[in-house]
Amino acid sequence: MILDAHLPYIFVGLMGLAILVYAILDGYDLGVGILLPLKHEQKADQMIASIGPFWDANETWLVLAIGLLFIAFPSAHSLVLKELYLPATFMLFGLILRGVAFDFRAKVKQTRKANWDKAFKFGSLLASFMQGYMLGMYIMGFEHSLQAEVFALLSGFGVTAAYCFIGACWLIMKTEGELQQKAIHWARKTGWICFVGVLAVCLVNPLINAAVMERWTTLPFALFIWPIPFVSLCLFVICHQVLKRMPLKDDAGCWVPFMIALFIFLFCFQGLAVSFFPDIVPGQMTIFEAASAPNSLRFILVGALIVVPCILAYTAWSYRVFWGKVRELRYY
Amino acid sequence: MEDVLLLSRLQFAANISFHILFPTITIALCWLLCYFKIRFDLSRDPVWMRAYRFWVKVFALSFALGVVSGITMSFQFGTNWPGYMEKVGNIAGPLLGYEVLTAFFLEATFLGVMLFGQGRVPNWVHTLATCMVAVGTSISAFWILALNSWMQTPQGFEMRDGVAHVLDWWAVIFNPSFPYRLAHMLLASGLTASFLMAGLSAYRIHRGDTKRAPRLALKTALVFAAILMPVQILVGDLHGLNTFKHQPQKVAAMEGVWETEQGAPLLLFAIPDEEQRTNHFAIGIPNMASLILTHEMDGEIRGLNEFIGEHPPVKPVFYGFRIMVGIGMLMLLVAWLGTYQLWRHGKLSPWMLKTTMAMTFSGWLATLAGWYVTEIGRQPYLVSGVLRTADAVTDIASGNVLLTFILYISLYAFLLVAYIRTLMLMARKAVEIEEIQPEEHPNNKDNAPLAQGAH
Repeated sequence: MILDAHLPYIFVGLMGLAILVYAILDGYDLGVGILLPLKHEQKADQMIASIGPFWDANETWLVLAIGLLFIAFPSAHSLVLKELYLPATFMLFGLILRGVAFDFRAKVKQTRKANWDKAFKFGSLLASFMQGYMLGMYIMGFEHSLQAEVFALLSGFGVTAAYCFIGACWLIMKTEGELQQKAIHWARKTGWICFVGVLAVCLVNPLINAAVMERWTTLPFALFIWPIPFVSLCLFVICHQVLKRMPLKDDAGCWVPFMIALFIFLFCFQGLAVSFFPDIVPGQMTIFEAASAPNSLRFILVGALIVVPCILAYTAWSYRVFWGKVRELRYY
Repeated sequence: MEDVLLLSRLQFAANISFHILFPTITIALCWLLCYFKIRFDLSRDPVWMRAYRFWVKVFALSFALGVVSGITMSFQFGTNWPGYMEKVGNIAGPLLGYEVLTAFFLEATFLGVMLFGQGRVPNWVHTLATCMVAVGTSISAFWILALNSWMQTPQGFEMRDGVAHVLDWWAVIFNPSFPYRLAHMLLASGLTASFLMAGLSAYRIHRGDTKRAPRLALKTALVFAAILMPVQILVGDLHGLNTFKHQPQKVAAMEGVWETEQGAPLLLFAIPDEEQRTNHFAIGIPNMASLILTHEMDGEIRGLNEFIGEHPPVKPVFYGFRIMVGIGMLMLLVAWLGTYQLWRHGKLSPWMLKTTMAMTFSGWLATLAGWYVTEIGRQPYLVSGVLRTADAVTDIASGNVLLTFILYISLYAFLLVAYIRTLMLMARKAVEIEEIQPEEHPNNKDNAPLAQGAH
């Protein structure tokens, strides 16, 4: 039987899952957007075709994450979003621009297509950067100081690089020939930037945040934290070696970089979760203080337990339908 | 505070007005696409597929605009209306959560298969995917209207320490105004999508398109509208009666009734004056409002003066209602006349073709006017009798809200223009496409040389 006291744990777990899935899924399609070349129409078409069937469902995970924050921790929802009012608005702008550009580019006059491609690229960039910036502000507990701003900007670059990296890995998996070569090149470059980003956050975060420092130096939490930089380093090195040899004969292992990227995302997420749990707003509010009424949480939990497996099932099915290399871009 | 309240309201109104335009189209358009697809599967006549292919593009574009403008909303509850979350979050949260879980993922995932999956999945799976998207859009409407209706006619909860706690979820969802509002909105969507389809098809024919597909779409849309419109009038009337019972002050504003009266006239035109609490230049049909609302010639309608300080601003509600009804009547006329012409002559007369074109976006106007009536009609409350709008607003700096408001309206204006222009362009491009070729015949339809943009 689920006790009322368990509900905040369950919901913070669900929300964490939604955020992680969002970062991975929308991460790769935002990344593909940022990497979109403006001068090679054919490459751009192919890249867009690789994310066409997925981007909409990917973005829904963001709505779910925000929805869960709203449902389970309403006071944290308004606190967080009020603090992040402007960056959140800019992120939404980015998401709106890229979302519609995706459809408009295929339907407008040829001469206007390039403009919508720009909207797609810069919308993706804006959304990614703002997400990273917001993550940085969140980690800093919405402190309004110069160092917090600098850290948030750094985090903005880091997240953007990470999205480009996973986007490039996605393209390696989904494309072949010249575009794949290009994607391998992108993945190698962004992979290292991404690693520097992870390292920088690992170093800077405990130094400027006393609570995090304490967490990182006490057992058992430290056991979950300290392996992260080392495992990430190993993963980046393996990825680098793999990318150097790519493409292999018969395109073997084209999925390996994407899997590595996925694990890197997972480790970074774990690092953040261990650093702050059980705070929902670092240093200000715990999940127990923010949780909404048990009756409401139970009502939605029943639905979630039934529906989430279905969502995962048909999401998996849709990835199977579009498995393999992307075909020529054909709009319906 | 005043500034933030006004700006937040304007911003939310702008967002939601822009957003509703697209679901209003997609909810019903997707069912029309199911109809085209199933007709194709049954008859194997490629003309149905042609119609499907054109309209699925319109659907995809409208859907994308609906999705991106909808995400904004889930953020604004927290950013601009924190009091809403604090007070009724226990109710609003789960209802919105169910919408995301049961509708958003369903639509978004099957949309991928619907748009890009033909040729990758068996034909029947593609048809099924189209139907799943339609089911998803309708489920979405179910949950969001359950929440909206609860805000209008709340029940099934109690207040503890100033926070709403649910006693009975069934009562919360199936609150008194919900069935009427849901039916009214779904029908509004059916009419909006029909008139869009009829208007754009008429535009194609007007530009010299002699193919079968646009004629077929025109006919389907006009007949659909001709059937739905009388049903909508009936449902609208029932919805009005329900509002009269639960939100008398809203009806009083809609009808422009200041003093409680028996045998109130139906005002066709008037200029309500809230300062002097009277109407100028009123033209009305005696006893008609009472007859409609109470089904008695001298039935009593409670006037606005009984609700001083508790009733909505009168002008927008009064005019909004008349605009909605007026457009509705026009739609009835056009749909019936058009259907008659198609039945008698097999085509529309030139002026009728132009009228249909002029009515392309009439559904949008009627829907917006209707939503303004119901939403402004709920003021000064956000949740009737429970939470005042002014008590829910944020405390962020008004400068920030002003900035985002200006950004939003500029972006929305730009996107609206781009959307309408693109629809017109798609219609003009479609005129150039050749009539169905023999090799396009159903038996080898998957290999058919359908160029990008064929329909």
